[in-house]
Amino acid sequence: MRDAGEEAADRPTGDPVFRARGVTKVYRMGEVQVHALRGVDLDLFPGELVVLLGPSGSGKSTLLNILGGLDTATGGTVEYRGKELTRATERELTEYRRRHVGFVFQFYNLIPSLTAVENVAVVTDIAAEPMPPEEALGLVGLSDRLHHFPAQLSGGEQQRVAIARAIAKRPLVMLCDEPTGALDAATGIVVLEALERVNRELRTTMALITHNADIAEMADRVIRVSSGAIHSVTRNDRKKAPREMRW
Amino acid sequence: MKALRRKLLRDLWGMKGQALAIAMVIVSGVATFIISLSALDSLRETRAVFYREYRFAGLFASLKRAPESLADAVRAVPGVDRVETRVVATANLEVEGFPEPVRGLLISVPDGAAPALNDLYLMRGRPVAAGRDDEVVASDAFALAHRLNPGDRIGAVINGKRKVLRVVGIGLSPEYVYQVAPGSIFPDPKRYGVLWMGRKSLAAAWGLEGAFNDLLATLSPGASPQDVVDRIDGILSPYGGLGAYTRDDQVSHRYLTEEFRQLGTLASVFPVIFLGVAAFLLNVVVSRLVSLQRDQIGVLKAFGYSNSQVGWHYVQLIVLIVIVGVAGGLALGAWLGRGMARLYLAFYRFPQLHYELRPAVAVSGAAASVASAVLGAIQAVRKAALLPPAEAMRAEPPERFHVTWPERLGLRRILSQPARMIARNLGRRPAKTALSILGIGFACAILMMGNVQEDAVGFMVDTQFRLSQREDMTVTFLEPASARAMSELRAISGIRHGEPFRSVSARIRHGQRSWRLAVQGFPREGSLHRVLDTRLRPLRMPEEGIVLTDYLADRLGVRPGDKITVEVLEGSRPVREVPVVGVVGEYFGVNAYMDLSALNRLLGEGNAISGAFLAADLEDRQKVYDALKGMPRVAGTVVREDAIRSFYETMGGTMLLFTFVITLLAGTIAFGVVYNGARIALSERSRELASLRVLGFTRGEISYILLGELGVLTAAGIPLGFLLARWITAHIADQMKSDLFRVPMVMAASSYGFAALVVVVSALLSGLLVRHSLDHLDLVAVLKTRE
Repeated sequence: MRDAGEEAADRPTGDPVFRARGVTKVYRMGEVQVHALRGVDLDLFPGELVVLLGPSGSGKSTLLNILGGLDTATGGTVEYRGKELTRATERELTEYRRRHVGFVFQFYNLIPSLTAVENVAVVTDIAAEPMPPEEALGLVGLSDRLHHFPAQLSGGEQQRVAIARAIAKRPLVMLCDEPTGALDAATGIVVLEALERVNRELRTTMALITHNADIAEMADRVIRVSSGAIHSVTRNDRKKAPREMRW
Repeated sequence: MKALRRKLLRDLWGMKGQALAIAMVIVSGVATFIISLSALDSLRETRAVFYREYRFAGLFASLKRAPESLADAVRAVPGVDRVETRVVATANLEVEGFPEPVRGLLISVPDGAAPALNDLYLMRGRPVAAGRDDEVVASDAFALAHRLNPGDRIGAVINGKRKVLRVVGIGLSPEYVYQVAPGSIFPDPKRYGVLWMGRKSLAAAWGLEGAFNDLLATLSPGASPQDVVDRIDGILSPYGGLGAYTRDDQVSHRYLTEEFRQLGTLASVFPVIFLGVAAFLLNVVVSRLVSLQRDQIGVLKAFGYSNSQVGWHYVQLIVLIVIVGVAGGLALGAWLGRGMARLYLAFYRFPQLHYELRPAVAVSGAAASVASAVLGAIQAVRKAALLPPAEAMRAEPPERFHVTWPERLGLRRILSQPARMIARNLGRRPAKTALSILGIGFACAILMMGNVQEDAVGFMVDTQFRLSQREDMTVTFLEPASARAMSELRAISGIRHGEPFRSVSARIRHGQRSWRLAVQGFPREGSLHRVLDTRLRPLRMPEEGIVLTDYLADRLGVRPGDKITVEVLEGSRPVREVPVVGVVGEYFGVNAYMDLSALNRLLGEGNAISGAFLAADLEDRQKVYDALKGMPRVAGTVVREDAIRSFYETMGGTMLLFTFVITLLAGTIAFGVVYNGARIALSERSRELASLRVLGFTRGEISYILLGELGVLTAAGIPLGFLLARWITAHIADQMKSDLFRVPMVMAASSYGFAALVVVVSALLSGLLVRHSLDHLDLVAVLKTRE
């Protein structure tokens, strides 16, 4: 495991958005105890696109969930812009998710009883200064699918609705858990383009989980995770555009 | 929150079948609540208005004969406000075209003035004109039974003299809202009628000129009723006073009050069951919804919806279902409540119905529904609200199953693989299984209770008339007669057998407690009119001592072997100590029995009799009636068959409607419980069942697994329902116990069968609906869905 100081050379300038130190997580799954994280140190900086790369079960989703305030750490500290998330109350975490974080999940997690525009509206209804749902769907190229129900959309379209739902509140950070995991390559590239555009145009800090090494080429930094710990951190000198990628 | 609200409505639409089933159960609960309480309120209000406007008396006293001047002595009693004296006479009436004996009660009204107390509400015609000795106002129930109109004539034998009376008006009195003849149990307006006649004419006919034999009074505010009663008794006893009593003991008022009390009991039992079941169903359905929407809850939370917002989302869903139920229940309740109140009006005679559905009743019905529903579902909602978002996004961990106890007991080898699945599914959530069985049990119990009243009343009537009162008719004399009168009766052609009886007004005391009743003496060797012991066996009257109805013995606090004081209120008014020698179980009224000779010894009157029980063959009846009509000393004749017939005539309609409504409402519970159980089982297991279909199971085989589970629940629920019905009925019967009647615990085999049948049909119906979905299970789609 590497000390945070050793990464100094790779680190962009400015205060980190996230600062995690010694994060551990143990949870029970049925009758089994799972050590998902075994002491993770991590910094994420404003505007960067980081890919968390690792095989399934490596703990990357757990880490992302803790950063997003969806889950609580068993030990260690996580700071978001100087505030300690690990000490936040349930109410503060809700407020944090509502104001600052946008999520994209592998299985889209759209609400099946709501149309595309309504799925986005679920979030804009409670956000402070959201963009109109139609505009968010426009950014992901779905202006002509506004009133379709999830069941009437392809997987790629559903995931783009999920991205629109995440960006519509203009979040400071976006956390994407295997956003292309359930998609074929061509559709996956369309989704990654949408994410890359959001990162570029809205300057949103973005952490993206994948087990696909090819996708890592679009990142500013690549953090490799295995067995609940960070294995290595590398910096891409040249980011590839999603269009240039293949897998 | 607009988008979320839309989700709410669509979710609701998606589960409309289940939501409707639950709403129907709530409709039933609210409706029963509204029906009973609004009918009760309306009847109370209707009665209060009638009593007030027609100046119903607060105190009543009958006596042999007293000079009019004695009224002033009563007026002078502290606490007495107004006093009205009357003449009350009995008569045998002859109505054209009706061959059977009709008993009449003639009540005097002041000449040329309205009665100061117990005024008459004149429905048609006019009051009796002053100075006319042949005019009467007939009671509405009697007029209706015989289609009498103003101008019609009826014959009357008053005091042995025949007279033709002209009906000039049809009226109602607060005193006879419930018209039941003395000694009878049920109203029989065809054979018992009340007539009002001018005071002078009636006094002349009854030999009471310048005198009275009945007295009404009102009490001034703050007066002690017991003091006033005691003082009036003191004044009237030298004049043959039979003991004054307050409104609480007035027959019509008593019956009404008892009826209202029963309604109140029903109002508390049924809605509690319905709303309890609704709460359980909501719990089951919302729990399932929450577990189906785990990932949606996770997303909402991930995007910043708070616990309370998520909780409120599901509470709104419940509230929407409840609103539908409450609205339907209020409408149905108001409609049926009015109908129910009208039905009561056919029984009891009131000038008009003042139907009222108090806002407080409607609001409390609605509030009780919302509260019980939210209470029922709160645990499921809490689970949704507190679900940690990261966990919510994960699939639910596999359910824990275990080998069930029937399997461990060695049934494992006998049970087929699908049967084991059924057993383990049921054993997985024992609480839910138990509550489902309880729900079906309650449905079954309510169905039984719809019939149980009929069963009980049928049994009561049967016991009363086939085991106890086996005489064909009862003849009462105007005055106690000698044994020779008995021989005259026996001599009438057509009479097969006759037995005398003696009946005497008395007050019996034990310590501080007392009761006013008629002590009845029967010959010990009697075979017509028999007293039954607590196990319904004919009791041989002991030679000495008195036998009491068990209810009365309880009220007086006496047991066989104790001594009670009998204060006779007639003749020389002897007061004697008499040992209690037995207790009898009776369903109607409270009575005290003695051997005829023992009673006569106590009275010191020799061999006097008050009347006789007679047996006559059907074909000889008319001859007997005619002969009795010609006997001047006969005050009245009651025919047994008629009492039974008239009872079934009057009760039949009401019972049928009541049973129908209850059956419908209980059916909704059975359907609601089974249908919701089936839908949820289907949603929980569609994946597993589809997998089995892929493995080669037939539709029938997978239906067996799913519907077999419901079959087990239903089969267990029905016998539980039988037990619950017995338990609830016993509770209601205990609540309704009064000196007027005690309802025995009787349930006919047909009631068990009927309840079980309705439950099974409801279960089959829900099974068919679910079977339809099972047959259309999309195998590929189900296997693809992520879980």
